[in-house]
Amino acid sequence: MHIVDGALANPVVIGGAVAAAGGIALGLRAMTMERIPAAGVLSAAFFVASLVHVPIGPSSVHLILNGMAGLVLGWAAFPALFVGLLLQAVFFGFGGVTVLGVNTFNIAMPAVIVGLVLGPLIRRGGAHAAIWGGVGGALAIALTTLCVAICLALSGDQFLAAAKLVFLAHIPVMAVEAVLTAAAVSLALRVKPELFHVMETTR
Amino acid sequence: MAHLLSLAPPHPGGATGGPGPIHGLDPRGRVLAAAAFAVVVTGLSSLPVLALAAVAALAMLPLSGLPPGPTLRRMVMMDGFILVMLVLLPFTTPGTPALILPGGLVATREGLRLAAEIALTANAVILMLMVLVGTLDPVRLGHALARLRLPLRLVHLLLFTVRYIEVLRAEYDRTRQAMRARAFRPGSNRHTWVSLGQLVGMMLVRALERSERILQAMKCRGFTGQIPLLDDLSFGAGDRLFGVLFALALGCLIAMEVALVRAA
Repeated sequence: MHIVDGALANPVVIGGAVAAAGGIALGLRAMTMERIPAAGVLSAAFFVASLVHVPIGPSSVHLILNGMAGLVLGWAAFPALFVGLLLQAVFFGFGGVTVLGVNTFNIAMPAVIVGLVLGPLIRRGGAHAAIWGGVGGALAIALTTLCVAICLALSGDQFLAAAKLVFLAHIPVMAVEAVLTAAAVSLALRVKPELFHVMETTR
Repeated sequence: MAHLLSLAPPHPGGATGGPGPIHGLDPRGRVLAAAAFAVVVTGLSSLPVLALAAVAALAMLPLSGLPPGPTLRRMVMMDGFILVMLVLLPFTTPGTPALILPGGLVATREGLRLAAEIALTANAVILMLMVLVGTLDPVRLGHALARLRLPLRLVHLLLFTVRYIEVLRAEYDRTRQAMRARAFRPGSNRHTWVSLGQLVGMMLVRALERSERILQAMKCRGFTGQIPLLDDLSFGAGDRLFGVLFALALGCLIAMEVALVRAA
């Protein structure tokens, strides 16, 4: 899902960087010094979780879990996922430099949307919370692939085929992330429901 | 610390890992150089100049002390991700036909050019980033970014993440081992996905509980909301020389690009 340097048109790259900077600023504002340890350790947890390979059919996919990140971190998902992408680019060689902003936006914005829309439903708990978690897991991946496809399509018509292929290839990933996020949400709600209140302003 | 994040072999006594002349350079200069290289190379469009940029990045590899094999393998792994796009591009870009496959598929010259351009740019930029910045100790990278005026909260978040990735990775490995001991075998089925989801949920719960203990411990030691950055960054003569040479090299790339575009 990483876009690399050199593929996108300049306006898309600049727009992505500006939007990501705005999102990161909003996320940092929510992240007071008291909450930095929680945000940092959770960000590390999401980084490790993204290294988990899940078997699917004859192949395997690695997790993204941005839906879960949005549910837990809210706007703080922006800086947390940015840090993850930065570390991946620098130390693993995934992604790129000038596209860091675009990649952050494509993964973090869907996370925040899922957190804002489905977060309240999950905090309420109950039997349906796991289902909403699953919806959130799939929705975040769907929105991310959509963002990637839009970025590619905006950069030129010749990328349209690749954009469509990216979306289709990620439909199984959506299914896997839905099941995983549902299970993670239902377990966290039973064991430690505070997980979904970490970044709340009124506590 | 953070073995997961270091390509270089652990090097006892050295603060930054493996050997290589690049290790003596100021981290701030390296971050800025990698960023400038990325911006310039992304702006290039003529293939010979891009190839030269890729060669320049390759030439820096021996200076970095990174193991060439694993580093290049990681770069090729990234190419695996974008391979589909690169293969599709020649057939979806309009232009003069260069190659006609059986079945009526037409690859255009413009499409092949674009695919080559993207492949060269992406590899040159990411390799230079790994050589100049990936050789830093992650903590020094955080300090360098703080000195480059990145918001302090973001730097603290980075430092916390770097600090706990290895801890949580070990916890993940322990949990997976416990699952194996209970005869868990991953497969492509619902049971696997639910189990891994519960594993993720449990990791997040434990991460939060750990962070509560960390905050308590920090408060116990008088945490007031500021984490002091202990570092010894100094921008010396060697760094100035590196800066000038790197800027000259980038200037040459730009000049060649301009000359070639004008000639075309």
